[in-house]
Amino acid sequence: MADIVIMPKLGFDMAEGTLVRWVIQEGEPVSKGVILAEIETDKATVEVESHYEGYLYQHLVPVGEIVPINTPIAIITEEDEEVDVDQLLGEEISQETSAKSKDKKTSLEKPSEITTGKVIKDKDERLPGDVKASPLARRISHEMGIDLNQVTGTGMGGRITKKDVQTFITSIAGSRSMEVEKTGETKPILPATRMMPTETKVIPLNRLRAAIGKRMTEAKGQIPHFYITHLYKMDKLFDARKQLNDMLPDEEKTSVNDYIVKAVAIALREYPNLNASIENNNIIHHGDINIGIAVAVEGGLLTVVCQNADLKSIHQIGIETREMVNRAREGKVRPNDIEGSTFTVSNMGMYDVENFIAIINPPEAAILAVGSAREVPVINGGKITSGLQMKATISVDHRVSDGAEAARFLQSLAGYLENPFRLFL
Amino acid sequence: MATITMREAISQAIWEEMESDPNIFIMGEEVGVWGGTYAVTKGFYDHFGPKRVKDTPIAEAVIVGSAIGAALTGLRPIAELMTINFAFSAMEHIVNEAAKLRYMFGGQFTLPVVIRTVSGGGRQLGATHSQTPDVIFAHFPGLKVVAPGTPEDAKGLLKSAIRSDDPVMFIEHATLYQVRGEVPEDDYTIPLGTSNIYREGSDVTIITYSKMLEISSKASQQLEEEGIDVEIIDLRSLRPLDMEPVIKSFKKTNRAVIVEEGWRSYGVGSEVTTRIVESAFDYIDAPIKRVAQKEVPLPYNRNLEQSALPQVEDVIKAVKEVL
Repeated sequence: MADIVIMPKLGFDMAEGTLVRWVIQEGEPVSKGVILAEIETDKATVEVESHYEGYLYQHLVPVGEIVPINTPIAIITEEDEEVDVDQLLGEEISQETSAKSKDKKTSLEKPSEITTGKVIKDKDERLPGDVKASPLARRISHEMGIDLNQVTGTGMGGRITKKDVQTFITSIAGSRSMEVEKTGETKPILPATRMMPTETKVIPLNRLRAAIGKRMTEAKGQIPHFYITHLYKMDKLFDARKQLNDMLPDEEKTSVNDYIVKAVAIALREYPNLNASIENNNIIHHGDINIGIAVAVEGGLLTVVCQNADLKSIHQIGIETREMVNRAREGKVRPNDIEGSTFTVSNMGMYDVENFIAIINPPEAAILAVGSAREVPVINGGKITSGLQMKATISVDHRVSDGAEAARFLQSLAGYLENPFRLFL
Repeated sequence: MATITMREAISQAIWEEMESDPNIFIMGEEVGVWGGTYAVTKGFYDHFGPKRVKDTPIAEAVIVGSAIGAALTGLRPIAELMTINFAFSAMEHIVNEAAKLRYMFGGQFTLPVVIRTVSGGGRQLGATHSQTPDVIFAHFPGLKVVAPGTPEDAKGLLKSAIRSDDPVMFIEHATLYQVRGEVPEDDYTIPLGTSNIYREGSDVTIITYSKMLEISSKASQQLEEEGIDVEIIDLRSLRPLDMEPVIKSFKKTNRAVIVEEGWRSYGVGSEVTTRIVESAFDYIDAPIKRVAQKEVPLPYNRNLEQSALPQVEDVIKAVKEVL
């Protein structure tokens, strides 16, 4: 029995994807859950998992080709099974078209949800969360906020067990270190001296670079930006963070950014205009406060999204963000990690930046650019003492909000950042 | 502590109870002059006399039926069925009378009957004389079903069974009578319906009882040499079934193998597995395994019989599969 693998839809607005690599070659065995191929969407490179077992009979799409979602991309068969590919695909297409024509009459389903009978059957047999894991592993991963898709199963048949989750926790504890925490001096690394001029190279834009370019050009060109900078006293927040981190294991220590995300999220509750989108002649105030966090990845930039950040503890924000950032850096980001942000924080604190200005990430209405917290002379009661201060600049869409409102938001934000215990309420 | 055989432990329990309560008497095929098919009641006839040690016809329905009648009149009979395979002839009396009379008469009567019987294969007695249908009796509310695996448990549990006012199926195992073990010298009892941690361990829990306790214990010793630390829970009673030590152990090891001599379908393994799933779902780290008899009438041929019965190697294999 031959099974057809289709181009999956990995994200709400995904319409097509580029097949960038075939991981399983023709003739190789395939088991359920193995990575068949890597595809690139506008936002990220994602892996396509097999829902079937057998042998990869044929690739239907060559590397580099862009194909729409639901297009057949490969055929998986049993060992030594011979398949009439045209006939098989013919059946597929005729099934699909008949489903479509039926659909037009009854309008029961959205066209994008039309799939073959086979795929529907497969959905019925799907494992919870798409992973094979023991109930205990599921419980521990749930409690620890770990995504089982990231864990390699070593139990029978590739099942994820308690041991695998624990191994995973240990491994991420070792590799995790958020650069945002570094506020001190960094040792300069001297680049190796080159006496020869380097060659001029032509590098074609990858999809991510092209997508960033397109979005930023549109944003900067179409949105009337205005900017306001505020100076924040960060001494108390650093003290509070130190106290909390002393109580937490290394792998769960909070970063300054986690506090900023939380503070921004709470402050936004009072400023719905800044947690908004503009669409046609309407301003949409979003009910959820989902904070996008800009992350530098190889060859570009992504925003991972902390959903409902105003409702989460700093501790939880920290754990979730680290996981998403790690996934983003490993090129394994998932659609949920990067979708649905309503306000973005771009933090360059780790690069020893005094202040910078960010471009709004559409369709959002504002973005906050955060600089480094620095020890500076502060005049306090006529005397000069030292204090930690940080500048943050908000960029706002003038069609949605005005300077006074944005300035009040920054003041409100100060109320949280400068009295950090309010963040724990 | 004295080291005695299972046979001696059972014999002592009956003897000591008969000495202390004149209402207790024994009845069954060859229990008197012959001293019992498995020599458990040797010497009883001479000591207690024909009134308290009754040989019966080969009619199991009569044995159980008359024991029930005697119990209703206030005596405390211990009825012996030569093997559990013959209990089927007395099924009506066991499940429709013994298990229900107290309930049907609104508690006007108690039914202090002990039905001692012998279960298990391994002695080349053929398909009809080698069965291990213990779970069939454990299916019925109103019966208590006990099946010890050590001399100490046998003596303590049998004394509790004899003192119980409800009917008890006391199932001995045909190949355990020669097993030796330490038994306290004082007058002790072990409550019915209590499971016991037979061996402590941390890697996997084996849940078993009766003869399979011996098999599981041997398996655990071999596994220990490979660094696998097995915990063994001896159920001792199939009804009431005490799951507390099982669940506690499972929450520690997260893995379980259930070893029983009877057939797998609808067996002890099925029941225990289900209860683990019901009480400790979030603690399951691997599929729970059952080791049981192959689903065939037990063959007479020695090699075939042994290959149909659960062996030490089967237990070791199952343990490794869940680890």
